[in-house]
Amino acid sequence: MARVVVDVMLKPEILDPQGQAVQRALPRLGFEGIADVRQGKRFELEVEGPVDDAALARIHEMAETFLANTVIEDFTVRVDEPAEAGS
Amino acid sequence: MTARIGVITFPGTLDDRDTQRAVRVAGAEAVPLWHRDKDLKQVDAVVLPGGFSYGDYLRAGAISRFSPVMETVIEQARAGMPVLGICNGFQVLTETHLLPGAMLRNNHLHFICRDQKLRVENANTAWTTDYEAGQEISVPLKNIDGRYVADERTLDMLEAEGRVAFRYLDGNPNGSLRDIAGITNEAGNVVGLMPHPEHAVEPLIGTGRTDGLGFFTSILKRLVNA
Repeated sequence: MARVVVDVMLKPEILDPQGQAVQRALPRLGFEGIADVRQGKRFELEVEGPVDDAALARIHEMAETFLANTVIEDFTVRVDEPAEAGS
Repeated sequence: MTARIGVITFPGTLDDRDTQRAVRVAGAEAVPLWHRDKDLKQVDAVVLPGGFSYGDYLRAGAISRFSPVMETVIEQARAGMPVLGICNGFQVLTETHLLPGAMLRNNHLHFICRDQKLRVENANTAWTTDYEAGQEISVPLKNIDGRYVADERTLDMLEAEGRVAFRYLDGNPNGSLRDIAGITNEAGNVVGLMPHPEHAVEPLIGTGRTDGLGFFTSILKRLVNA
């Protein structure tokens, strides 16, 4: 089975208080130099059958109508290529 | 014949009983509806109550939006049926795009529970005719995903068309843009708000006032006079 990854992020202009809370915690933990953090969601879809253009189009539609709310979020869809043997 | 007002229960809804009670206190018949029903049992109006439908997984209101009952609600709301969404119900209404914008996590990341002062900005919606424009009311507020957002163009449009139905007074509890607590659609039949009028319909509970009762008496009058 092939894996398709959908990443969903709040649009840049939308305040992300969760990302900010993470960013503010970093110096306390000794991680300096991180100017900004934004938190998103990652969906890993195990797809039955071939991931052809038609399947990707369906997943795109799924992301647009359900996984992301395009009023506030952007999303990307990509096929997760399996790592090559021995690498 | 008394008006029949449907109250939908999704898995995770928790204010359905209070909402049914508010409907009865106002003098209407409360009709429980289940999220899997496509049939609305010939109700005259529908309330989507507060709670955490589907555990707020994915986004608050996002999964309920695709429940069988919502297919019918969306269709009927577009045809003019009055629909009120309270808290999680408001989140469902933005997810259906019956109302513009979206609801996000409170800017301070805390769950908030308090009595909230509101100004009724639009007293011409199906659910607000028993108020007066500019009237100040106090009803409970309890949520963590209460921050209303929309792009500038949508916000300007809402303001210009008088579709900001309620605004927070005495401090914005969640970072909602332009202090928006509730909005209406263009026709005025679909209304959503974060605070909970159904918890302020009897003097013994909630705020100790009955400021929320007007929602349910407004819709009753409209339906009886229709």
